[in-house]
Amino acid sequence: MIINHPLLGPRDSAEFTYMGDASLIHRPDWQAGDAVAQFVEYGYQRANPAGLHRELWFHEGGDRSWLVVTRNTVTHEITSVELARDVARAEGRSK
Amino acid sequence: MRYSAFKVIKEALTGHRGWGPAWRDADPKPEYDTIIIGGGGHGLATAYYLAKIYGGQRIAVIEKGWIGGGNVGRNTTIIRSNYLLDGNEPFYEFSLKLWEGLEQDLNYNAMVSQRGILNLIHTDAQRDAFIRRGNAMILNGADADLLSTAQIKKRYPFLNTDNARFPIKGGLAQHRGGTVRHDAVAWGYARGADMHGVDIIQNCEVTGFLIEDGVCKGVETSRGTIKAKKVASCVAGSSSRLMDKAGMRLPIESHVLQAFVSEGLKPLLPGVITFGAGHFYCSQSDKGGLVFGGDIDGYNSYAQRGNLPVVEDVCEGGMAIFPMLGRARLLRMWGGIMDMSMDGSPIIDKTHIDGLYFNGGWCYGGFKATPASGYVYAHLLATDTPHKTATAYRFDRFAKGLMIDEKGQGNQPNLH
Ligand SMILES: Cc1cc2nc3c(=O)[nH]c(=O)nc-3n(C[C@H](O)[C@H](O)[C@H](O)COP(=O)(O)OP(=O)(O)OC[C@H]3O[C@@H](n4cnc5c(N)ncnc54)[C@H](O)[C@@H]3O)c2cc1C
Repeated sequence: MIINHPLLGPRDSAEFTYMGDASLIHRPDWQAGDAVAQFVEYGYQRANPAGLHRELWFHEGGDRSWLVVTRNTVTHEITSVELARDVARAEGRSK
Repeated sequence: MRYSAFKVIKEALTGHRGWGPAWRDADPKPEYDTIIIGGGGHGLATAYYLAKIYGGQRIAVIEKGWIGGGNVGRNTTIIRSNYLLDGNEPFYEFSLKLWEGLEQDLNYNAMVSQRGILNLIHTDAQRDAFIRRGNAMILNGADADLLSTAQIKKRYPFLNTDNARFPIKGGLAQHRGGTVRHDAVAWGYARGADMHGVDIIQNCEVTGFLIEDGVCKGVETSRGTIKAKKVASCVAGSSSRLMDKAGMRLPIESHVLQAFVSEGLKPLLPGVITFGAGHFYCSQSDKGGLVFGGDIDGYNSYAQRGNLPVVEDVCEGGMAIFPMLGRARLLRMWGGIMDMSMDGSPIIDKTHIDGLYFNGGWCYGGFKATPASGYVYAHLLATDTPHKTATAYRFDRFAKGLMIDEKGQGNQPNLH
Protein backbone atom coordinates (compact mmCIF):
# COMPACT_ATOMS: atom_id res chain seq x y z
CA MET A 1 0.00 0.00 0.00
CA ILE A 2 1.11 3.57 -0.67
CA ILE A 3 0.27 6.20 1.94
CA ASN A 4 0.14 9.72 0.57
CA HIS A 5 1.79 11.58 3.46
CA PRO A 6 0.47 15.17 3.70
CA LEU A 7 4.01 16.57 4.12
CA LEU A 8 6.23 14.05 2.33
CA GLY A 9 4.09 12.73 -0.52
CA PRO A 10 3.59 9.07 -1.44
CA ARG A 11 5.41 6.65 0.91
CA ASP A 12 5.51 2.85 1.17
CA SER A 13 3.29 1.64 4.03
CA ALA A 14 6.21 -0.54 5.19
CA GLU A 15 7.81 2.66 6.56
CA PHE A 16 4.92 2.96 9.04
CA THR A 17 3.80 1.28 12.24
CA TYR A 18 0.09 0.61 12.55
CA MET A 19 -1.73 1.54 15.77
CA GLY A 20 -5.40 0.85 15.05
CA ASP A 21 -8.68 2.74 15.22
CA ALA A 22 -8.30 6.55 15.19
CA SER A 23 -10.81 6.77 18.03
CA LEU A 24 -7.74 6.16 20.22
CA ILE A 25 -7.14 9.91 19.88
CA HIS A 26 -9.99 10.38 22.32
CA ARG A 27 -8.48 9.19 25.57
CA PRO A 28 -11.21 9.25 28.27
CA ASP A 29 -11.17 11.69 31.15
CA TRP A 30 -9.53 9.90 34.07
CA GLN A 31 -11.54 11.97 36.54
CA ALA A 32 -14.94 11.02 35.13
CA GLY A 33 -17.22 9.09 37.47
CA ASP A 34 -17.31 6.10 35.13
CA ALA A 35 -13.65 6.41 34.13
CA VAL A 36 -12.98 2.68 34.61
CA ALA A 37 -15.81 1.65 32.30
CA GLN A 38 -14.70 4.26 29.77
CA PHE A 39 -11.11 3.04 29.83
CA VAL A 40 -12.19 -0.60 29.35
CA GLU A 41 -14.15 0.51 26.32
CA TYR A 42 -11.26 2.68 25.08
CA GLY A 43 -8.57 0.08 25.66
CA TYR A 44 -10.29 -3.07 24.49
CA GLN A 45 -13.48 -2.63 22.48
CA ARG A 46 -13.26 -1.88 18.76
CA ALA A 47 -15.79 -1.18 15.99
CA ASN A 48 -13.63 -3.17 13.53
CA PRO A 49 -15.77 -2.30 10.49
CA ALA A 50 -15.70 -3.94 7.06
CA GLY A 51 -15.48 -0.85 4.87
CA LEU A 52 -14.20 2.65 5.64
CA HIS A 53 -11.90 2.73 8.68
CA ARG A 54 -10.13 5.75 10.16
CA GLU A 55 -6.88 4.53 11.64
CA LEU A 56 -3.59 5.69 13.13
CA TRP A 57 -0.30 5.11 11.33
CA PHE A 58 3.04 6.23 12.81
CA HIS A 59 5.76 7.18 10.32
CA GLU A 60 8.45 5.36 12.26
CA GLY A 61 10.81 4.94 9.32
CA GLY A 62 10.33 8.55 8.23
CA ASP A 63 9.48 11.87 9.86
CA ARG A 64 7.89 10.21 12.94
CA SER A 65 4.60 11.99 12.51
CA TRP A 66 1.27 10.36 13.39
CA LEU A 67 -1.26 10.18 10.58
CA VAL A 68 -4.98 9.47 10.41
CA VAL A 69 -5.52 7.34 7.32
CA THR A 70 -9.01 6.63 5.97
CA ARG A 71 -8.83 3.25 4.29
CA ASN A 72 -11.34 0.70 3.06
CA THR A 73 -10.67 -2.56 4.93
CA VAL A 74 -12.34 -4.59 2.18
CA THR A 75 -10.32 -3.21 -0.76
CA HIS A 76 -7.32 -1.59 1.02
CA GLU A 77 -8.02 1.61 -0.94
CA ILE A 78 -6.85 4.75 0.88
CA THR A 79 -9.08 7.78 0.38
CA SER A 80 -7.69 10.35 2.78
CA VAL A 81 -4.52 10.98 4.79
CA GLU A 82 -4.34 13.70 7.45
CA LEU A 83 -1.89 14.66 10.16
CA ALA A 84 -3.22 13.21 13.41
CA ARG A 85 -2.32 16.52 15.05
CA ASP A 86 -4.73 18.41 12.77
CA VAL A 87 -7.47 15.83 13.30
CA ALA A 88 -7.05 15.91 17.08
CA ARG A 89 -7.17 19.72 17.16
CA ALA A 90 -10.21 19.83 14.90
CA GLU A 91 -11.93 17.36 17.22
CA GLY A 92 -11.15 19.48 20.26
CA ARG A 93 -8.08 17.70 21.68
CA SER A 94 -4.73 19.20 22.84
CA LYS A 95 -5.66 22.85 22.39
CA MET B 1 -22.69 -45.19 5.53
CA ARG B 2 -19.58 -46.40 7.35
CA TYR B 3 -16.28 -46.10 5.53
CA SER B 4 -13.94 -49.10 5.77
CA ALA B 5 -11.30 -50.99 3.79
CA PHE B 6 -13.97 -53.57 3.00
CA LYS B 7 -16.23 -50.85 1.57
CA VAL B 8 -13.40 -49.48 -0.59
CA ILE B 9 -12.72 -52.93 -2.07
CA LYS B 10 -16.41 -53.62 -2.60
CA GLU B 11 -16.90 -50.29 -4.38
CA ALA B 12 -13.78 -50.84 -6.51
CA LEU B 13 -15.25 -54.13 -7.73
CA THR B 14 -18.73 -52.73 -8.40
CA GLY B 15 -17.87 -49.59 -10.34
CA HIS B 16 -18.08 -47.11 -7.42
CA ARG B 17 -21.84 -46.83 -7.68
CA GLY B 18 -22.54 -47.11 -3.96
CA TRP B 19 -20.93 -43.91 -2.64
CA GLY B 20 -23.55 -41.38 -1.62
CA PRO B 21 -22.96 -37.75 -0.66
CA ALA B 22 -21.19 -37.43 2.72
CA TRP B 23 -23.85 -35.07 4.11
CA ARG B 24 -27.26 -33.67 3.14
CA ASP B 25 -27.43 -30.13 1.73
CA ALA B 26 -30.40 -29.17 3.96
CA ASP B 27 -32.97 -26.41 3.47
CA PRO B 28 -33.76 -24.22 6.47
CA LYS B 29 -36.70 -25.18 8.69
CA PRO B 30 -38.72 -22.44 10.44
CA GLU B 31 -37.40 -23.35 13.89
CA TYR B 32 -34.57 -25.14 15.70
CA ASP B 33 -33.45 -25.63 19.30
CA THR B 34 -29.94 -24.42 18.51
CA ILE B 35 -28.59 -22.52 15.53
CA ILE B 36 -24.84 -22.38 15.00
CA ILE B 37 -23.77 -19.55 12.71
CA GLY B 38 -20.70 -20.35 10.60
CA GLY B 39 -19.83 -23.60 8.82
CA GLY B 40 -16.12 -23.48 9.52
CA GLY B 41 -14.25 -26.08 11.52
CA HIS B 42 -15.43 -24.73 14.86
CA GLY B 43 -19.10 -24.42 13.91
CA LEU B 44 -19.25 -27.92 12.45
CA ALA B 45 -17.36 -29.42 15.39
CA THR B 46 -19.74 -27.67 17.79
CA ALA B 47 -22.75 -29.13 15.98
CA TYR B 48 -21.18 -32.59 15.96
CA TYR B 49 -20.40 -32.71 19.69
CA LEU B 50 -23.68 -31.03 20.64
CA ALA B 51 -25.67 -33.62 18.70
CA LYS B 52 -23.51 -36.56 19.68
CA ILE B 53 -22.89 -35.92 23.37
CA TYR B 54 -25.95 -33.95 24.44
CA GLY B 55 -28.41 -35.30 21.85
CA GLY B 56 -32.13 -34.84 21.51
CA GLN B 57 -31.95 -31.40 19.92
CA ARG B 58 -32.90 -29.91 16.60
CA ILE B 59 -29.66 -28.28 15.45
CA ALA B 60 -28.71 -26.30 12.35
CA VAL B 61 -25.39 -24.95 11.09
CA ILE B 62 -25.94 -21.87 8.93
CA GLU B 63 -23.17 -20.97 6.50
CA LYS B 64 -23.17 -17.95 4.21
CA GLY B 65 -21.07 -19.61 1.51
CA TRP B 66 -20.10 -23.28 1.39
CA ILE B 67 -18.73 -25.15 4.40
CA GLY B 68 -14.96 -25.07 4.64
CA GLY B 69 -14.61 -21.94 2.49
CA GLY B 70 -13.35 -19.82 5.41
CA ASN B 71 -10.22 -20.14 7.48
CA VAL B 72 -10.62 -23.85 8.05
CA GLY B 73 -9.78 -24.29 4.37
CA ARG B 74 -7.12 -21.57 4.28
CA ASN B 75 -4.81 -22.34 7.17
CA THR B 76 -1.41 -23.99 7.25
CA THR B 77 -2.79 -27.02 9.11
CA ILE B 78 -0.47 -27.08 12.13
CA ILE B 79 -1.66 -28.69 15.37
CA ARG B 80 0.25 -28.45 18.66
CA SER B 81 -0.29 -27.78 22.36
CA ASN B 82 2.85 -25.84 23.25
CA TYR B 83 1.36 -22.97 25.25
CA LEU B 84 2.65 -21.51 28.50
CA LEU B 85 -0.29 -20.09 30.46
CA ASP B 86 -2.75 -21.96 32.68
CA GLY B 87 -5.74 -20.41 30.90
CA ASN B 88 -4.57 -21.93 27.61
CA GLU B 89 -2.47 -25.06 27.96
CA PRO B 90 -5.09 -27.48 29.42
CA PHE B 91 -7.48 -26.45 26.65
CA TYR B 92 -4.96 -26.95 23.83
CA GLU B 93 -3.75 -30.25 25.27
CA PHE B 94 -7.39 -31.40 25.46
CA SER B 95 -7.65 -30.46 21.79
CA LEU B 96 -4.52 -32.41 20.83
CA LYS B 97 -5.89 -35.49 22.62
CA LEU B 98 -9.15 -35.12 20.68
CA TRP B 99 -7.14 -34.92 17.42
CA GLU B 100 -5.44 -38.19 18.37
CA GLY B 101 -8.77 -40.02 18.45
CA LEU B 102 -10.60 -37.96 15.85
CA GLU B 103 -10.43 -40.21 12.82
CA GLN B 104 -11.76 -43.25 14.69
CA ASP B 105 -14.44 -41.12 16.31
CA LEU B 106 -15.57 -39.63 12.99
CA ASN B 107 -14.87 -42.72 10.87
CA TYR B 108 -13.21 -40.27 8.47
CA ASN B 109 -9.63 -39.95 7.25
CA ALA B 110 -8.53 -36.43 8.26
CA MET B 111 -4.86 -37.32 7.65
CA VAL B 112 -3.85 -36.44 11.22
CA SER B 113 -0.07 -36.71 11.04
CA GLN B 114 1.89 -36.36 14.28
CA ARG B 115 5.14 -35.58 12.51
CA GLY B 116 6.29 -33.25 15.29
CA ILE B 117 6.86 -29.53 15.60
CA LEU B 118 10.20 -27.88 16.39
CA ASN B 119 10.51 -24.28 17.64
CA LEU B 120 14.07 -23.11 17.02
CA ILE B 121 16.10 -21.31 19.68
CA HIS B 122 18.59 -18.58 18.70
CA THR B 123 19.62 -16.93 21.97
CA ASP B 124 20.30 -17.94 25.57
CA ALA B 125 17.33 -15.91 26.80
CA GLN B 126 15.09 -17.70 24.35
CA ARG B 127 16.35 -21.06 25.60
CA ASP B 128 15.39 -20.07 29.16
CA ALA B 129 11.92 -19.03 28.01
CA PHE B 130 11.44 -22.26 26.05
CA ILE B 131 12.58 -24.41 28.98
CA ARG B 132 9.97 -22.66 31.10
CA ARG B 133 7.34 -23.23 28.47
CA GLY B 134 8.34 -26.89 28.09
CA ASN B 135 7.97 -27.38 31.82
CA ALA B 136 4.53 -25.76 31.78
CA MET B 137 3.54 -28.12 28.98
CA ILE B 138 4.77 -31.20 30.86
CA LEU B 139 2.95 -30.07 34.02
CA ASN B 140 -0.25 -30.03 31.97
CA GLY B 141 0.26 -33.53 30.62
CA ALA B 142 1.67 -32.52 27.23
CA ASP B 143 5.03 -33.64 25.81
CA ALA B 144 8.02 -31.35 25.36
CA ASP B 145 11.60 -32.16 24.45
CA LEU B 146 14.54 -29.76 24.50
CA LEU B 147 16.88 -30.56 21.61
CA SER B 148 20.55 -29.59 21.26
CA THR B 149 22.01 -28.13 18.08
CA ALA B 150 23.68 -31.48 17.37
CA GLN B 151 20.36 -33.34 17.62
CA ILE B 152 18.75 -30.79 15.32
CA LYS B 153 21.59 -31.04 12.77
CA LYS B 154 21.17 -34.78 12.66
CA ARG B 155 17.43 -34.64 12.03
CA TYR B 156 17.42 -31.57 9.77
CA PRO B 157 20.83 -31.47 8.02
CA PHE B 158 19.68 -28.75 5.64
CA LEU B 159 19.10 -26.12 8.35
CA ASN B 160 21.61 -23.28 8.45
CA THR B 161 22.71 -23.61 12.08
CA ASP B 162 25.63 -21.16 11.70
CA ASN B 163 23.82 -18.11 10.37
CA ALA B 164 25.89 -15.15 11.59
CA ARG B 165 22.90 -13.23 12.98
CA PHE B 166 20.58 -16.08 13.95
CA PRO B 167 22.66 -19.16 14.84
CA ILE B 168 20.50 -22.13 15.89
CA LYS B 169 21.23 -22.86 19.54
CA GLY B 170 18.73 -25.65 20.02
CA GLY B 171 15.01 -26.14 19.87
CA LEU B 172 11.89 -27.08 21.78
CA ALA B 173 10.18 -30.04 20.15
CA GLN B 174 6.68 -31.36 20.64
CA HIS B 175 6.71 -34.75 18.95
CA ARG B 176 2.93 -35.18 19.22
CA GLY B 177 2.34 -31.99 17.23
CA GLY B 178 1.98 -32.12 13.47
CA THR B 179 -0.41 -31.40 10.63
CA VAL B 180 -3.94 -32.38 9.58
CA ARG B 181 -5.68 -32.21 6.20
CA HIS B 182 -7.72 -29.07 6.86
CA ASP B 183 -10.60 -29.55 4.38
CA ALA B 184 -11.08 -33.10 5.63
CA VAL B 185 -11.66 -31.72 9.12
CA ALA B 186 -14.60 -29.65 7.87
CA TRP B 187 -15.95 -32.52 5.78
CA GLY B 188 -15.47 -35.11 8.51
CA TYR B 189 -17.27 -33.05 11.14
CA ALA B 190 -20.01 -32.16 8.63
CA ARG B 191 -20.56 -35.82 7.87
CA GLY B 192 -20.53 -36.74 11.56
CA ALA B 193 -22.97 -33.95 12.45
CA ASP B 194 -25.24 -34.88 9.57
CA MET B 195 -25.34 -38.49 10.73
CA HIS B 196 -26.57 -37.22 14.10
CA GLY B 197 -29.38 -35.30 12.41
CA VAL B 198 -27.86 -31.80 12.16
CA ASP B 199 -29.09 -29.66 9.24
CA ILE B 200 -26.17 -28.10 7.37
CA ILE B 201 -27.55 -25.12 5.51
CA GLN B 202 -25.24 -23.55 2.95
CA ASN B 203 -25.55 -20.31 0.96
CA CYS B 204 -27.54 -18.79 3.80
CA GLU B 205 -26.15 -15.60 5.32
CA VAL B 206 -27.22 -14.43 8.74
CA THR B 207 -28.20 -10.77 8.29
CA GLY B 208 -29.63 -9.98 11.71
CA PHE B 209 -30.84 -11.28 15.06
CA LEU B 210 -34.35 -11.48 16.47
CA ILE B 211 -33.86 -9.85 19.83
CA GLU B 212 -36.88 -9.09 22.04
CA ASP B 213 -36.49 -7.65 25.55
CA GLY B 214 -32.88 -8.74 25.80
CA VAL B 215 -33.59 -12.29 24.64
CA CYS B 216 -32.39 -13.69 21.32
CA LYS B 217 -35.12 -15.71 19.66
CA GLY B 218 -33.62 -16.48 16.27
CA VAL B 219 -31.93 -15.03 13.22
CA GLU B 220 -32.79 -13.22 10.02
CA THR B 221 -31.10 -14.80 7.03
CA SER B 222 -30.88 -14.37 3.28
CA ARG B 223 -33.25 -17.36 3.15
CA GLY B 224 -35.79 -16.06 5.63
CA THR B 225 -36.36 -15.91 9.37
CA ILE B 226 -35.31 -18.90 11.46
CA LYS B 227 -36.34 -19.15 15.09
CA ALA B 228 -34.24 -20.81 17.77
CA LYS B 229 -33.96 -21.14 21.53
CA LYS B 230 -30.22 -20.67 21.38
CA VAL B 231 -28.10 -18.91 18.77
CA ALA B 232 -24.35 -19.53 18.70
CA SER B 233 -22.02 -17.24 16.76
CA CYS B 234 -18.96 -19.03 15.39
CA VAL B 235 -17.73 -16.97 12.43
CA ALA B 236 -14.02 -16.38 13.18
CA GLY B 237 -12.79 -13.39 11.11
CA SER B 238 -16.34 -12.09 10.60
CA SER B 239 -17.10 -11.94 14.34
CA SER B 240 -17.23 -8.14 14.66
CA ARG B 241 -19.33 -7.80 11.53
CA LEU B 242 -21.89 -10.31 12.77
CA MET B 243 -22.08 -9.26 16.43
CA ASP B 244 -22.49 -5.65 15.31
CA LYS B 245 -25.95 -6.74 14.16
CA ALA B 246 -26.69 -7.57 17.80
CA GLY B 247 -25.38 -4.15 18.81
CA MET B 248 -22.16 -5.54 20.31
CA ARG B 249 -18.60 -4.27 20.00
CA LEU B 250 -15.90 -6.89 20.53
CA PRO B 251 -12.31 -6.85 21.83
CA ILE B 252 -11.25 -7.95 18.35
CA GLU B 253 -9.62 -6.53 15.20
CA SER B 254 -9.75 -8.43 11.91
CA HIS B 255 -6.37 -8.85 10.22
CA VAL B 256 -5.17 -10.67 7.13
CA LEU B 257 -2.71 -13.59 7.39
CA GLN B 258 -1.05 -14.94 4.27
CA ALA B 259 0.07 -18.47 3.45
CA PHE B 260 2.30 -19.86 0.69
CA VAL B 261 2.84 -23.19 -1.05
CA SER B 262 5.81 -24.11 -3.25
CA GLU B 263 5.82 -26.47 -6.20
CA GLY B 264 5.73 -30.15 -5.24
CA LEU B 265 9.09 -31.53 -4.11
CA LYS B 266 10.31 -34.93 -3.04
CA PRO B 267 9.98 -35.62 0.71
CA LEU B 268 12.59 -33.52 2.49
CA LEU B 269 11.02 -31.89 5.53
CA PRO B 270 10.02 -34.43 8.18
CA GLY B 271 8.03 -32.14 10.49
CA VAL B 272 7.02 -28.58 11.20
CA ILE B 273 9.79 -26.05 11.85
CA THR B 274 9.38 -22.53 13.21
CA PHE B 275 12.04 -19.79 13.11
CA GLY B 276 12.59 -18.20 16.51
CA ALA B 277 14.13 -14.88 15.45
CA GLY B 278 11.45 -13.75 13.00
CA HIS B 279 8.14 -14.88 11.62
CA PHE B 280 8.50 -17.98 9.48
CA TYR B 281 7.25 -21.54 9.78
CA CYS B 282 7.19 -24.40 7.33
CA SER B 283 6.02 -27.95 6.79
CA GLN B 284 5.72 -30.18 3.74
CA SER B 285 2.32 -31.37 2.58
CA ASP B 286 1.74 -34.97 1.55
CA LYS B 287 1.56 -33.74 -2.05
CA GLY B 288 5.11 -32.42 -1.68
CA GLY B 289 4.53 -28.67 -1.55
CA LEU B 290 6.35 -26.71 1.12
CA VAL B 291 3.59 -24.97 3.09
CA PHE B 292 4.82 -21.85 4.86
CA GLY B 293 3.76 -18.59 6.40
CA GLY B 294 4.72 -15.88 8.83
CA ASP B 295 3.31 -12.79 10.42
CA ILE B 296 -0.04 -11.10 9.83
CA ASP B 297 0.07 -8.03 7.56
CA GLY B 298 -0.65 -5.89 10.61
CA TYR B 299 -3.54 -3.58 9.68
CA ASN B 300 -7.32 -4.15 9.85
CA SER B 301 -8.43 -6.04 6.77
CA TYR B 302 -11.34 -8.06 5.44
CA ALA B 303 -9.77 -8.46 1.99
CA GLN B 304 -8.62 -12.12 2.16
CA ARG B 305 -5.45 -11.07 0.36
CA GLY B 306 -2.30 -9.47 1.66
CA ASN B 307 0.46 -7.17 0.47
CA LEU B 308 4.07 -7.60 -0.62
CA PRO B 309 6.06 -6.35 2.43
CA VAL B 310 4.99 -9.44 4.40
CA VAL B 311 5.82 -11.73 1.47
CA GLU B 312 9.36 -10.32 1.55
CA ASP B 313 9.57 -10.65 5.34
CA VAL B 314 8.40 -14.27 5.30
CA CYS B 315 10.84 -15.22 2.54
CA GLU B 316 13.74 -13.52 4.34
CA GLY B 317 12.93 -15.49 7.49
CA GLY B 318 12.82 -18.67 5.47
CA MET B 319 16.14 -18.01 3.75
CA ALA B 320 17.84 -17.29 7.09
CA ILE B 321 17.38 -20.84 8.38
CA PHE B 322 16.48 -22.73 5.28
CA PRO B 323 18.66 -21.57 2.35
CA MET B 324 17.50 -24.34 0.02
CA LEU B 325 14.06 -22.69 -0.01
CA GLY B 326 15.49 -20.16 -2.46
CA ARG B 327 15.58 -22.84 -5.17
CA ALA B 328 11.90 -23.73 -4.86
CA ARG B 329 9.30 -21.88 -6.90
CA LEU B 330 6.20 -20.47 -5.28
CA LEU B 331 3.04 -22.08 -6.59
CA ARG B 332 0.23 -20.38 -4.73
CA MET B 333 -0.38 -17.78 -2.03
CA TRP B 334 -3.56 -16.54 -0.38
CA GLY B 335 -4.89 -14.82 2.71
CA GLY B 336 -7.50 -15.39 5.39
CA ILE B 337 -9.11 -13.03 7.87
CA MET B 338 -8.03 -13.53 11.48
CA ASP B 339 -10.13 -12.53 14.46
CA MET B 340 -7.21 -11.01 16.42
CA SER B 341 -8.22 -10.50 20.04
CA MET B 342 -6.81 -7.97 22.48
CA ASP B 343 -4.75 -10.53 24.41
CA GLY B 344 -4.17 -13.10 21.68
CA SER B 345 -6.51 -15.66 23.26
CA PRO B 346 -10.05 -16.70 22.32
CA ILE B 347 -13.46 -16.00 23.86
CA ILE B 348 -16.05 -18.77 24.38
CA ASP B 349 -18.84 -17.31 26.45
CA LYS B 350 -22.46 -16.25 26.80
CA THR B 351 -23.20 -12.69 25.77
CA HIS B 352 -25.26 -10.22 27.81
CA ILE B 353 -28.18 -11.11 25.51
CA ASP B 354 -30.00 -14.23 26.75
CA GLY B 355 -29.84 -17.08 24.27
CA LEU B 356 -26.96 -15.56 22.28
CA TYR B 357 -23.54 -17.19 22.61
CA PHE B 358 -20.15 -16.29 21.21
CA ASN B 359 -17.05 -18.19 20.08
CA GLY B 360 -14.23 -16.23 18.44
CA GLY B 361 -10.96 -14.35 18.82
CA TRP B 362 -8.89 -17.30 17.55
CA CYS B 363 -6.15 -15.18 16.02
CA TYR B 364 -3.95 -17.25 13.69
CA GLY B 365 -4.09 -20.34 15.89
CA GLY B 366 -7.63 -21.64 15.82
CA PHE B 367 -7.20 -24.63 13.57
CA LYS B 368 -5.44 -26.72 16.20
CA ALA B 369 -8.24 -25.74 18.59
CA THR B 370 -11.04 -27.00 16.34
CA PRO B 371 -11.99 -30.23 18.22
CA ALA B 372 -11.76 -28.70 21.70
CA SER B 373 -13.44 -25.47 20.63
CA GLY B 374 -16.39 -27.46 19.30
CA TYR B 375 -16.45 -29.68 22.37
CA VAL B 376 -16.39 -26.92 24.97
CA TYR B 377 -18.77 -24.69 23.00
CA ALA B 378 -21.24 -27.59 22.82
CA HIS B 379 -20.79 -27.99 26.59
CA LEU B 380 -21.55 -24.30 27.15
CA LEU B 381 -24.58 -24.39 24.86
CA ALA B 382 -26.00 -27.51 26.49
CA THR B 383 -25.29 -26.75 30.14
CA ASP B 384 -24.88 -22.95 30.30
CA THR B 385 -21.65 -23.49 32.24
CA PRO B 386 -18.12 -23.35 30.84
CA HIS B 387 -16.22 -26.59 30.27
CA LYS B 388 -13.43 -27.03 32.81
CA THR B 389 -10.70 -26.40 30.22
CA ALA B 390 -12.31 -23.15 29.02
CA THR B 391 -13.17 -21.24 32.19
CA ALA B 392 -10.72 -18.44 31.40
CA TYR B 393 -12.12 -17.60 27.94
CA ARG B 394 -14.61 -15.05 29.24
CA PHE B 395 -15.72 -11.69 27.86
CA ASP B 396 -15.20 -9.93 31.18
CA ARG B 397 -11.54 -10.88 31.53
CA PHE B 398 -10.46 -7.57 29.95
CA ALA B 399 -12.43 -5.47 32.42
CA LYS B 400 -11.21 -7.61 35.31
CA GLY B 401 -7.55 -7.63 34.29
CA LEU B 402 -7.48 -11.41 33.77
CA MET B 403 -5.92 -11.33 30.31
CA ILE B 404 -4.40 -14.50 28.85
CA ASP B 405 -1.51 -12.85 27.05
CA GLU B 406 1.01 -15.57 26.04
CA LYS B 407 3.48 -13.06 24.63
CA GLY B 408 2.91 -10.27 27.14
CA GLN B 409 2.23 -7.77 24.36
CA GLY B 410 -0.71 -5.87 25.82
CA ASN B 411 -3.87 -4.76 24.06
CA GLN B 412 -2.35 -4.37 20.59
CA PRO B 413 -3.89 -7.10 18.40
CA ASN B 414 -1.30 -6.94 15.62
CA LEU B 415 1.49 -7.85 18.04
CA HIS B 416 0.00 -11.17 19.20
C1 LIG C 1 -3.21 -18.38 6.30
C2 LIG C 1 -3.69 -18.96 7.59
C3 LIG C 1 -2.89 -19.88 8.27
C4 LIG C 1 -3.30 -20.43 9.48
N1 LIG C 1 -2.52 -21.39 10.06
C5 LIG C 1 -2.94 -22.01 11.18
C6 LIG C 1 -2.18 -23.08 11.73
O1 LIG C 1 -1.16 -23.51 11.16
N2 LIG C 1 -2.61 -23.64 12.89
C7 LIG C 1 -3.72 -23.21 13.52
O2 LIG C 1 -4.03 -23.74 14.57
N3 LIG C 1 -4.50 -22.21 13.01
C8 LIG C 1 -4.13 -21.61 11.84
N4 LIG C 1 -4.90 -20.60 11.30
C9 LIG C 1 -6.11 -20.13 12.02
C10 LIG C 1 -7.35 -21.01 11.78
O3 LIG C 1 -7.48 -21.30 10.43
C11 LIG C 1 -8.59 -20.28 12.31
O4 LIG C 1 -8.38 -19.77 13.60
C12 LIG C 1 -9.82 -21.21 12.37
O5 LIG C 1 -9.97 -21.94 11.18
C13 LIG C 1 -11.06 -20.39 12.67
O6 LIG C 1 -12.20 -21.17 12.95
P1 LIG C 1 -13.19 -21.73 11.80
O7 LIG C 1 -12.56 -22.91 11.14
O8 LIG C 1 -14.49 -22.00 12.45
O9 LIG C 1 -13.29 -20.48 10.82
P2 LIG C 1 -13.88 -20.35 9.34
O10 LIG C 1 -13.55 -21.54 8.52
O11 LIG C 1 -13.45 -19.02 8.83
O12 LIG C 1 -15.44 -20.37 9.62
C14 LIG C 1 -16.27 -19.26 9.79
C15 LIG C 1 -17.41 -19.40 8.82
O13 LIG C 1 -18.42 -18.46 9.12
C16 LIG C 1 -19.04 -18.08 7.93
N5 LIG C 1 -19.76 -16.82 8.13
C17 LIG C 1 -19.26 -15.58 8.34
N6 LIG C 1 -20.24 -14.67 8.46
C18 LIG C 1 -21.41 -15.34 8.34
C19 LIG C 1 -22.78 -14.95 8.38
N7 LIG C 1 -23.15 -13.66 8.56
N8 LIG C 1 -23.73 -15.91 8.20
C20 LIG C 1 -23.38 -17.21 8.01
N9 LIG C 1 -22.09 -17.63 7.96
C21 LIG C 1 -21.12 -16.72 8.12
C22 LIG C 1 -17.88 -17.96 6.96
O14 LIG C 1 -18.31 -18.03 5.61
C23 LIG C 1 -17.01 -19.15 7.37
O15 LIG C 1 -17.23 -20.30 6.60
C24 LIG C 1 -4.53 -20.02 10.06
C25 LIG C 1 -5.33 -19.11 9.39
C26 LIG C 1 -4.94 -18.60 8.14
C27 LIG C 1 -5.83 -17.64 7.40
